[in-house]
Amino acid sequence: MSKPLPAVVRTHFTALRVLLVLTVILGIAYPLLVTGISQVAFSGKANGSIVKSDGKEVGSSLLGQNYNLPKKNPDDPKEDPVPDPKWFQPRPSANNYAGDNSGASNLGPNSEDLLKAVNDRRAAVAAFDGVDPASVPADALTASGSGLDPHISVAYAKEQVNRVAKERKLPVETVAKLVDNYTEGRSLGFLGDEGVNVVLLNKALGESK
Amino acid sequence: MSSTLAGWLQVLALVAALVLCYRPLGDYIARILTTSKHLRAERGIYKVIGVDGDADQRWPVYLRSVLAFSAVSVLFLYGLIRLQTFLLLNLGVPQMEGHQAWNTAISFVTNTNWQSYAGESAMGHLVQMAGLAVQNFVSAAVGIAIVAALIRGFTRNRTDRLGNFWVDLVRINLRLLLPISIVFALVLAANGVIQNFHGFHEVAGLAGDVQKIPGGPVASQEVIKELGTNGGGFFNANSSHPFENPTGFTNGLEIFLILLIPFALPRTFGRMVGDNRQGYAIAAVMAIFWVASTALLTLAESQHSGAALQAAGAAMEGKEQRFGIAASTLFASSTTLTSTGAVNSFHDSFTPFGGGITMFNMMLGEIAPGGTGSGLYGMLILAIVAVFVAGLMVGRTPEYLGKKLGGREMKFASLYILTTPAIVLVGTGIAMALPGERAGMLNSGAHGFSEVLYAFTSAANNNGSAFAGITVNTDWYDTALGLCMVLGRFLPMVFVLALAGSLAQQQPVPATPGTLPTHKPLFVGLLSGVVLIVVGLTYFPALALGPIAEGLSS
Repeated sequence: MSKPLPAVVRTHFTALRVLLVLTVILGIAYPLLVTGISQVAFSGKANGSIVKSDGKEVGSSLLGQNYNLPKKNPDDPKEDPVPDPKWFQPRPSANNYAGDNSGASNLGPNSEDLLKAVNDRRAAVAAFDGVDPASVPADALTASGSGLDPHISVAYAKEQVNRVAKERKLPVETVAKLVDNYTEGRSLGFLGDEGVNVVLLNKALGESK
Repeated sequence: MSSTLAGWLQVLALVAALVLCYRPLGDYIARILTTSKHLRAERGIYKVIGVDGDADQRWPVYLRSVLAFSAVSVLFLYGLIRLQTFLLLNLGVPQMEGHQAWNTAISFVTNTNWQSYAGESAMGHLVQMAGLAVQNFVSAAVGIAIVAALIRGFTRNRTDRLGNFWVDLVRINLRLLLPISIVFALVLAANGVIQNFHGFHEVAGLAGDVQKIPGGPVASQEVIKELGTNGGGFFNANSSHPFENPTGFTNGLEIFLILLIPFALPRTFGRMVGDNRQGYAIAAVMAIFWVASTALLTLAESQHSGAALQAAGAAMEGKEQRFGIAASTLFASSTTLTSTGAVNSFHDSFTPFGGGITMFNMMLGEIAPGGTGSGLYGMLILAIVAVFVAGLMVGRTPEYLGKKLGGREMKFASLYILTTPAIVLVGTGIAMALPGERAGMLNSGAHGFSEVLYAFTSAANNNGSAFAGITVNTDWYDTALGLCMVLGRFLPMVFVLALAGSLAQQQPVPATPGTLPTHKPLFVGLLSGVVLIVVGLTYFPALALGPIAEGLSS
C-alpha cells in the first residue's frame, strides 16, 4: 500500500485541477461566447469598424492613418515622409501610425527632445497651413497616447480647411461643411472630449468630386 | 458646454453610478461569501477538483492554498508563454525570452500586469485569452478571498477556521466576475471594442499607406482587465488604443468598472460585521482620497507646466483627443488609486506634479479604493493602526469591532505596513547605484529618477502602470521587478491571514463608553490622517528627489 502524499503536494494538485477547470470556463468558453454573440449582433464593430470607399477597404474609422505624398524613392527608409496637402492631416504619432506597434513617445514634460519636436512641428504646421504659428493648437504639436488617434481638435481641422479647399479646387464652404459633418461631440454630451474624425472626413473628401 | 463643466459632470456621473451600485453589489458579495448553499455547477466543480465545499480551513491551510494556487498559476502561465510558438492562434510571434516570460507570468498572477512586452507583437490570441485573461479573473478573486478571510476574523469568535479558499475562489469567479464581464464585454463590443480571432489585416489607406489592422478577442479581456483591477493591455498602448477604448462612453464605462468592486466592498464589510455604518466610514475615507487626487491631478494637467508642454500650449502629449485632459486625469487617478495600472494616457509625459500625484497615489498603498480585495484589506490594516494610535493617546488597550488589538495583532499590522515601502525604496536604491540600470532611463535628471522610482512603486504595489520611457526588458529589471511583485503581493497576504487567524480566536469584548466609535466622522478624519502620515511621509524623501525637484525647477 502506498503512503498518502504529503498535504503540501496534495494542495498543489488541487490547485492545478482548479486552474485547469477555471481556464476552460474563463479562458475558452467565456471569450468564445462573447465572440459568438458579438459576431452575430454587431459584427461590423467587433471586426474593427472597417470603412470602405468605392467598395474598397480603406482603413478603420477608429484608427488614424498617414496621408503622405508617395516617396520619391520607395526603397530609401531614411527619406522623410512629406504630408500630402490634399488631405486633412492627423496628429503627430510616436510610431508613424503603425497598426502593429501602438504606443506613445513617453518623453517627459521637460524633455529637450520633446521641446524641440514641438517647436519644429509648430513652424512646419504653420507654414504648411499658411497660418500664424502662435495659433496652431496643441493637438497638432503633440503625439497621442496610442499613436493611432483617429481624431484632431475642431480648431486644428478648421485651420486646415483653406489649404485643403485650395489644393482640391473646392469651395471653402463645401470643405468647412464636411468638417462640421464629421465633428463628433462628447459621448452623451459630457463624456470625453469633442474632435473631428480624420479618417471619415478624408473618406468623404475623397468621395466628393 | 465648457471642458471644465464636462469634466465635473463626468466625475458626478461616475459617483452617482457607484453610489447606486454600493448597496446592491456590496450586499450581493456579502451573500456570496457567507451563504452555505452551493450552486449545482459549483458542486460539480468541487467533485472534479476533489474538495469538500463545506470544510473550513485554518489560516495556515488557507494561506497554503493561496500560495499553491499562485505558484501553479505562475508555472502554467510561464509554460504557456514559452510554448506559444507551437500552439494555435499564435500569429507567428517570436518566442519570448525566459526572463521576460517569468516577469510576465508573475506580473499577471500577482494582479500587477506590469508589461515589459508589447501586446500586439509578443502575444498570440490563445495566450491572451487562456493565459493572461484567466489570471485577470483569478488574481482578482484571490484578493477578494483574502479580504473575506480577514473580515471573518472579525466576525467569528473562538475558532481557528477562516473559510475555504477553493470555495471562495470558485464562487467569486462564477457568481461575481463572470456575469458582470459577460454583460459589459458585450456593451464594449457594441461600441467598437473588437472581438474576433483575426490576425493582422493589411489595408491600403486613402493616401496609399499600408496599415496592419490588428484583430483579437479584446472586449472579453478588456472588461476583466478593468473589473479585476488588473490593467494589462491587449495592445501596447493599453486603454489609449482605439480598439480597447474607442469613445468617451467606453472610457467612462472602463473607469466605472475599475472602481465598481473596490468601492462596493466596504458595504460587504459593513454587512458581514453586522454594522453598515462601519462600511460607510471606510468608503468615506476612500472617497476623500479619490476625489482629492482627481481634483489635484486635473488641476496640474490643466496648467501644463514643464518646458515642452508650455511650448505646446496644453498637456496633450501622450493623451488622446477623444478623451482630452479631464477624462484622461480621471482615468489616471482611478487606475493608480486602485491596483489597476491600465492607462488611457501616458503618465511619463504628464506634468511633473501630475506625474508625482499618480506615483503618490500608488505609494498610499492603493487603498482608495484600492485593488479588488487588496484595497479593503490594506485599508482595514490602516484602520487597525488608527485605532491603535487613538488607544495610545488615551492609554487603553485598543479594540476594533469587538476584537482586542494586542501585541500580536499590532506586530502583523506593522509588518504589513513596512513591507511595501521597504521593497520600493531598497529596489530603487539598488537600481540607482548600478550604472547599467541607471542607463535604462529615457529621460535624464530628476525625471529619469522618477521613472525608476515609479517602476519599483508600481511593481511592489502590484499596480503595473509605468513611466514607460524606461527600458525594462533587460535581465536585471525583469528579474528585480518580478521579485518586487512577488514579495509585494504575497508577504502582505501572509500577515493579513495571520492577523485574521489571531482575531478569529478571540472572545469578543463588549463595547464600553470608553470604546472608540469607528463609524463616526471623527474616525474618518483620524484614519485619513493616519493614511497620509504613516504611508505618505515614508516616501517623501524619494518624492523630493524626483517629481518635486522637477516640478520646482521648471
